[in-house]
Amino acid sequence: MSEWQPGFEPKILAFACNWCSYAAADLAGTARMQYPTNIRIIRVMCSGMVHPGLVTEAFQAGADGVLVMGCHLGECHYQDGNHKAKARLAVIDEMLSLLGLEQERFRLIWYSSAESERFAAVAREVTDVLKKLGPSPYRRDASEYADKGIIQCL
Amino acid sequence: MTLTELERVDGEAGNFTVSLRKHPRYVDIDKCIACGRCVEKCPRQVRDEFNRYTDSRKAIYLKYPQAAPLKYQIDARHCIRMRGGRCAECEKACPRGAIRFDDSEQQVEVKVGSIILAPGFQPFDPFELGAWGFGRFRNVMTGMEFERLLAVSGPTSGNVLRPSDGKPVRKMAFLQCIGSRNYNQIHKSYCSAVCCMYAIKQAMIALENNKDLRISVFYVDVRTHGKDFERFYDKARQKGISFHRCRVHSVEPSESANEVCLRYMTENGKQVSENFEIVVLSVGMETNFETTLLAERTGIELTPEGFASTSCFAPVATSRPGIFACGAFTGPKDIPLSVIEASASATAAAVRLSDVRYSQSHTRQFPPERKTGEEDPRIGVFICKCGSNIAEVVRVRDLARYAETLPHVVFVETSLFACSQDSQELIKKRIGDEGLNRIVIASCTPRTHEQLFRETLKASGLNECLVEMANIRNQLAWVHSSEPEAANAKAMDLIRMAVAKAALLEPVPAVSVRITPQALVIGGGVAGMVASLELADQGFPVHLVEKAAQLGGNARHLFRTWKNDPVPSYIETLSTRIREHSLISVHLKSTVFDAEGFVGSFRSVVQKPTGNVAVDHGVTILATGAQAFKPNEYDYGLSQNIFTSLEFDKLHSAGDERILNGLNFVFIQCVGSREPERNYCSRVCCTHSIQSAIALKEGNRDRKVFVLYRDIRTYGLREELYRRARELGVIFINYEAHQKPNVVMKEENLEVIVWDHVLHEPFSIPADVIVLATAVVANPETKELAKLYKLPLDMDGFLQEAHVKLRPVDFATDGVFLAGLAHYPKPTEETIAQAQAAVARAVTVLSSRWIGLDLVKGRVDENKCDCCALCLDVCPYGALAVERERLDAGAEGAAPKQKLVVRAAKCKGCGFCQATCPKEGISVTGFSYRQLSAQVRAALDCG
Repeated sequence: MSEWQPGFEPKILAFACNWCSYAAADLAGTARMQYPTNIRIIRVMCSGMVHPGLVTEAFQAGADGVLVMGCHLGECHYQDGNHKAKARLAVIDEMLSLLGLEQERFRLIWYSSAESERFAAVAREVTDVLKKLGPSPYRRDASEYADKGIIQCL
Repeated sequence: MTLTELERVDGEAGNFTVSLRKHPRYVDIDKCIACGRCVEKCPRQVRDEFNRYTDSRKAIYLKYPQAAPLKYQIDARHCIRMRGGRCAECEKACPRGAIRFDDSEQQVEVKVGSIILAPGFQPFDPFELGAWGFGRFRNVMTGMEFERLLAVSGPTSGNVLRPSDGKPVRKMAFLQCIGSRNYNQIHKSYCSAVCCMYAIKQAMIALENNKDLRISVFYVDVRTHGKDFERFYDKARQKGISFHRCRVHSVEPSESANEVCLRYMTENGKQVSENFEIVVLSVGMETNFETTLLAERTGIELTPEGFASTSCFAPVATSRPGIFACGAFTGPKDIPLSVIEASASATAAAVRLSDVRYSQSHTRQFPPERKTGEEDPRIGVFICKCGSNIAEVVRVRDLARYAETLPHVVFVETSLFACSQDSQELIKKRIGDEGLNRIVIASCTPRTHEQLFRETLKASGLNECLVEMANIRNQLAWVHSSEPEAANAKAMDLIRMAVAKAALLEPVPAVSVRITPQALVIGGGVAGMVASLELADQGFPVHLVEKAAQLGGNARHLFRTWKNDPVPSYIETLSTRIREHSLISVHLKSTVFDAEGFVGSFRSVVQKPTGNVAVDHGVTILATGAQAFKPNEYDYGLSQNIFTSLEFDKLHSAGDERILNGLNFVFIQCVGSREPERNYCSRVCCTHSIQSAIALKEGNRDRKVFVLYRDIRTYGLREELYRRARELGVIFINYEAHQKPNVVMKEENLEVIVWDHVLHEPFSIPADVIVLATAVVANPETKELAKLYKLPLDMDGFLQEAHVKLRPVDFATDGVFLAGLAHYPKPTEETIAQAQAAVARAVTVLSSRWIGLDLVKGRVDENKCDCCALCLDVCPYGALAVERERLDAGAEGAAPKQKLVVRAAKCKGCGFCQATCPKEGISVTGFSYRQLSAQVRAALDCG
């Protein structure tokens, strides 16, 4: 599972806070920065509104990686939603091991709305990490990868 | 009106005619969609003034990425076409035909009642003073240039690199007071008030980027007098940034081209020379030529330093009635104070115009809303090509065909520009003709365009919440143009996600709250009095609650402001006006002891000597003041000749003999301030002591006056007082926190012993009178009020505003505002400006009969919620409550049923409740668990 497989394109879901990372992603567009297409952004009003159940659901539905993006600590639009997200999503690590998935598949990342370059850089880096990690066994097409011997079927 | 200059002002307050000159932009802002294609094609490189000439831009450009309006402009000085060449690349590239080479200058006349001047400042240009090697050494730069170097959107993407060779920096220095506090060379005696703090901030950011960076700051006095600044300064020192109290006179070359040499004195008096790779000149603020011209054209007076002349009692009023000024134009200042003055000038400008409020505005009317509750979703998808911005990467026709196959989609259309007026009309028509009840717009970002499409839905009789956007421009076409195949696949995913969410969108009725057009002001000091008067002068009834038996607060102990305006007569005028004002009810010897409600409709109970009264009010202004610190050091209370500043003022003005006949005076600064238990600067004491010192010297030149200080913080234009005191022979001696002065009581007089930094030995000063410049401490009663209105306090007990810089008089709780010392220690003029600012913010609520609330709010699903109340604890706004309700009247004796309710006026839609709820019992409009989950499943094509 550790070697990068040609042809494997990870599916990454990003819950992006409207006030920081979502705006940074928009700005990355304005500046025409290029980053891999693997990331799918879901706009939320605050990282603190993301229920851990949603993250779990995403993994169970076959996401290769999930990111929750919020404002830098101390800069939350709603006082302390990012702190709450941090505390609440600590449970994801445990959930990942229950699902038999690697910890690297989930990340909580802080941004400001100006950090467009960083947004693009993180998208590149995460895609890279997940490519090396290989497909999630929960993917709908997992059996194809299992046939090729890339992953083991559940 | 951008690119516009004021030429003339005729008329008088209430009825001005202003002549304006509009410079051509050469781009039609109604057509420009800021796609940036013109920039790609423009062949002309120009050095970028916004990045302080450290990199380049094109001749057609945006000044900076967040410019408002986000529209391009042509720099005619550099444009090839405008200079007579034959280029028209931008015109060819523009998909909207927005380029107007024939645009020309226009004269415009407008009629206004008040004018606000906010021209800002220009940073000092150190080139004229060759001493610091600016312009000679590449690695010497101004603070403004360094700021761009630190910016992630700047020329080095936020990396601190040496301009000489682009290598990372290991050692750098900041030189403070460049272009400030320098009367001898450039006739600028004032302090620019912001440079100490910006230098420390920049040093901290630089250090964060590179942990091994060694940074030295060379300063005269460190002026961190703002809220929380002192702690930040401490943190900087703890992180290893070294601070040297030394004015470096010049920057010299070193052997390496990548370094310069600074020669300075250490605290022990040793001369050292040291090399640094980058030297940042912390340049100050000054008024530029255009601003001086503006003052001339508007006919207002400037101070000798070139700033708008104002009085402490009317801090935003210029010398000409009806014309107001704010920001750095009235004196160097930081962002919070500029924002406060901006709101204050809005109040000052509005008071005179309040009787014509809304006389020139009109409200848009919408058709009645169609009921869609029972209908199955009929989704219409509109895909925007954005000229070719999207169409160039995304195969729009294929995408449209794909959209047609998605569940619930009954109509799909593409357009050249979905945001254009004709497209809006077309969408309206389609909604009617096709019976659409959910709309998906695949175009740019909802952050800029969702509101527009919501209006379109409202105009079509659909609830505005029934639209969802797929961001296929900013987050797709623009960022994936190098991988068109993958981009097209992703576009399908994004449309599928939006459609899945749209099918679950629900109409939400608009919520508005009735406003009680009345204010409650708590605290009858200067802040409370000014706030009450300015509200009442605009026609809003005010209840002013004061715990003491008279109005005036701390100002009753003051005599003169630093500009020498007399305080007692001012307080008298304010009190008289308040007593006589028919709209102000004053409650003396009263306190507020209970409060409930939310913006627009609060009810507070005032405890009066005669009994309790309930007051209904739409807004609350807290102006509860602060107190003077009572010291327990320097033998205070043990001698008849040791006073606090306020005590000294009283005795001085009463002609007390100890002062009248005294010849030796010692002022000790920072008594109770900048201590571990009170780690903030009290902001007013340096100026206060120096003013007293000047008065003593002017009274009798033979007096010896000493001021023992840690840093002299006569920020802004107050610096002139410090200069004058030195001229008069007041002696200033610096002491450090770990080596405080000692007061020795002798039989015949007092003696103060302080370490002398020149002689390096203890120095004894005989003293007839010792004055302790004591701290301003928070009023303990504010804590109780904060609890009542659910407001936060900072660690020093002062009220904590919603945002230190951007919302300096607001709270996170709507409808409650603050002013004066309850926020932080500050001088009279800042208190008055803050009171006026609080009024401006309060009037935004009071001036409407109804206030429309944002629709993104929590909603309870009563079938799922079991009232476990977990969500109550996480709600930062106290917007949730469990209420009991009786079952049907028939069910006698049945247990009361519990119900979770959302107080819509308090809810801000953060969704912490939703993320906490184990049962999906509460969800946020437009971002419910079900909707987000549908997006997740659609993204993974998992139905």
